[in-house]
Amino acid sequence: MTQTETAPQSQATSHSSHPTAWKWYDYFTFNVDHKVIGIQYLVTSFVFYLIGGLMAVAMRAELYTPDSDLLDPNLYNAFLTNHGTIMIFFWVVPAAIGGFGNYLIPLMIGARDMAFPKLNAIAFWLVPPAGALLLGSFFFGGAQSGWTSYPPLSLITANTAQSMWILSIILVGTSSILGSVNFIITIFKMRVPSMRWDQMPLFCWAILATSILALFSTPVLAAGLTLLLFDINFGTSFFRPDAGGNVVVYQHLFWFYSHPAVYLMILPIFGIMSEVVPVHARKPIFGYKAIAYSSLAICIVGLFVWVHHMFTSGTPPWMRMFFTISTLIVAVPTGVKIFSWVATLWQGKIRYTSAMLFAIGLLGMFVLGGLSGVTLGTAPFDIHVHDTYYIVAHFHYVLFGGSVFGLYAGMYHWFPKITGRMYNETWGKVHFVLTFIGANLTFLPMHSLGLQGMPRRVAMYDPQFTAINQLCTFGAILLGFSVVPFAVNLIWSWMYGPKVGDNPWDALTLEWTTSSPPEIENWEVLPVLTHGPYAYGMNGRNGKGLNPSAPTSGEPAVEAK
Amino acid sequence: MQGSTIDEYQVSPNSEPSAEGAVAAHEEHPDYRVLGLIVFLASESLMFGGMFASYLIYRGVSATWPPEGTEVELLVPAINTIILVSSSFVIHNGDVAIKKNNISGMRLWYIITAIMGVIFLGGQVYEYLTLGYGLTTNVFSNCFYLMTGFHGLHVTVGVLLILGVLWRSRRPGHYGETKHVGIEMAEIYWHFVDIIWIILFTLLYILTLF
Repeated sequence: MTQTETAPQSQATSHSSHPTAWKWYDYFTFNVDHKVIGIQYLVTSFVFYLIGGLMAVAMRAELYTPDSDLLDPNLYNAFLTNHGTIMIFFWVVPAAIGGFGNYLIPLMIGARDMAFPKLNAIAFWLVPPAGALLLGSFFFGGAQSGWTSYPPLSLITANTAQSMWILSIILVGTSSILGSVNFIITIFKMRVPSMRWDQMPLFCWAILATSILALFSTPVLAAGLTLLLFDINFGTSFFRPDAGGNVVVYQHLFWFYSHPAVYLMILPIFGIMSEVVPVHARKPIFGYKAIAYSSLAICIVGLFVWVHHMFTSGTPPWMRMFFTISTLIVAVPTGVKIFSWVATLWQGKIRYTSAMLFAIGLLGMFVLGGLSGVTLGTAPFDIHVHDTYYIVAHFHYVLFGGSVFGLYAGMYHWFPKITGRMYNETWGKVHFVLTFIGANLTFLPMHSLGLQGMPRRVAMYDPQFTAINQLCTFGAILLGFSVVPFAVNLIWSWMYGPKVGDNPWDALTLEWTTSSPPEIENWEVLPVLTHGPYAYGMNGRNGKGLNPSAPTSGEPAVEAK
Repeated sequence: MQGSTIDEYQVSPNSEPSAEGAVAAHEEHPDYRVLGLIVFLASESLMFGGMFASYLIYRGVSATWPPEGTEVELLVPAINTIILVSSSFVIHNGDVAIKKNNISGMRLWYIITAIMGVIFLGGQVYEYLTLGYGLTTNVFSNCFYLMTGFHGLHVTVGVLLILGVLWRSRRPGHYGETKHVGIEMAEIYWHFVDIIWIILFTLLYILTLF
């Protein structure tokens, strides 16, 4: 704690040789600065979010009537496949890990950049070509077989488009592995010397767990997809039952990655929550260690639950037992986090900023999504609602109500840091209200549709489901419009918003100790840690607006300076 | 490039950046590339792991494995295995040599390793040509060609890395007692390829005997 970090000897000379801020065109070139790369990730993935969102609105418009009258069924299938793929691989994962991870990790641990800046840039620049490959597949009929691409369907439809889909996923997978290597080394090796493990912000813990998970699960998907690619193009028969192959092998390889992918999409969001909640409740986070270790627990247990996606694939009963139990166990560390955030809110001096609203909205929606997840984790119920809209409702509550709400919360929370300007709070609240109503209107009725037996992934349905489907479609259109105030607010505020100081929220993590936006090498002189990341109202420090009588339980050891 | 100064800071946050890159004391190793490579290889081994697991499932559910007419040949691969495994010791001698500042010794050992790698690849091609069955014959041959081919691709990359090291070592002072990260990385990668082959050989060749 008492060590002082001295700036590199050469700093004075190097500072005179390069500018203190990036020009706008630097964001469109190969740049090795982690902040530029973070913004590149965020903006690129947001563009993909808009594309994927338009596909969703088109599908909901098709489902307004029971007949297939708006979209050609093949196009519907292609939208279905690419909506899922884009939202997962090109929006939530790159935005949460690539965007926020790259921008914040070095700033939070007091480093000047990532461990491998060039590798970092390479990882980002794999994403746009992968996206182009995916969207280009529409010119060859579009991949038709859903984001899971189960054979034999994926072997018999639109082979060129399916191959492009596979190559696209392998490219983003490579990007994700390279990014994970970078995060792991950065977090392990590049913290300022005065930062102990138990003083590291919880977002860093979350990214560490995410990276470990991505590192070990992504290559398995790559293996599975390679086999599928050979089946489609080179006449092998790994997944052709008539020639000795086995489709269930694909499902195992696929879900060994894609179940952990769920945690790749939510763990960084948990990290964002753990930063947003204490800052805007102005209280120390409750249960620092519990949150940090539960991230690692989710990471480990998450690798052993994938078969719950395959309960209906002829899984033997003992396997169903094992994977039901392990699936239910994952809910425990997740619940620990939820309770910790609620306990942090308890008696806090809550500021209802847009960031905080989205964080609270996340709590509500994610709990509902998590509970329906627990019901699905049990094999008997899962078999009942298999491939119905109940599944769609569940994972949209988790992925939209969890991941997307978390991304919004993070974007509002760190907007002043990234741009040096404040966003418009009123429009932020309008955005929240539209999003919250739109999301619930879209996804809540789907539970009912599923329990009544409406299958997912179809363009036509039984007329008895018309009324509920129309409700969902209205919700989806509202949700589509909700992006407008957000995008306009951010772009306008970035250009003309009122300038704010370095630390508008009185936050205590290291990224707020530098200027807003941070200068090119983050700090003139590297900071020295004098307090824990959430030491609100403790030891009389940073008293303004803070609650001095805040409870201290669960707080990491803090040494006053 | 503007970013190059940042790059050097990262490589050695506490040392003076120079035109040559980081000049740091040997003990410090502020360069994390070796660590990064090890983490990356941990990830890559899972990719092989996915293929191995699939292979074992196919093997487990088949009545006869390998099916009639697709038995593997053992002599050439056994010789190949001996060559590849011993090349790991050869390349290690090169690493020992460079740590004694013996560049010509390092080059000699690395050249021998590259030759052994090429012989291994040649043996694999010979095996492919003489086996009498192809990629699409049955699921066993699918697995066989994909797994050995994928490994062969990694051997090729390893040979290219070694050739890259040899190419760079022509520049005087590029490698030395305290500067041998590239050499070390090539060696670690080569060991990785070797370890994967040992598992692969056990699964594809030795297990078919039982």
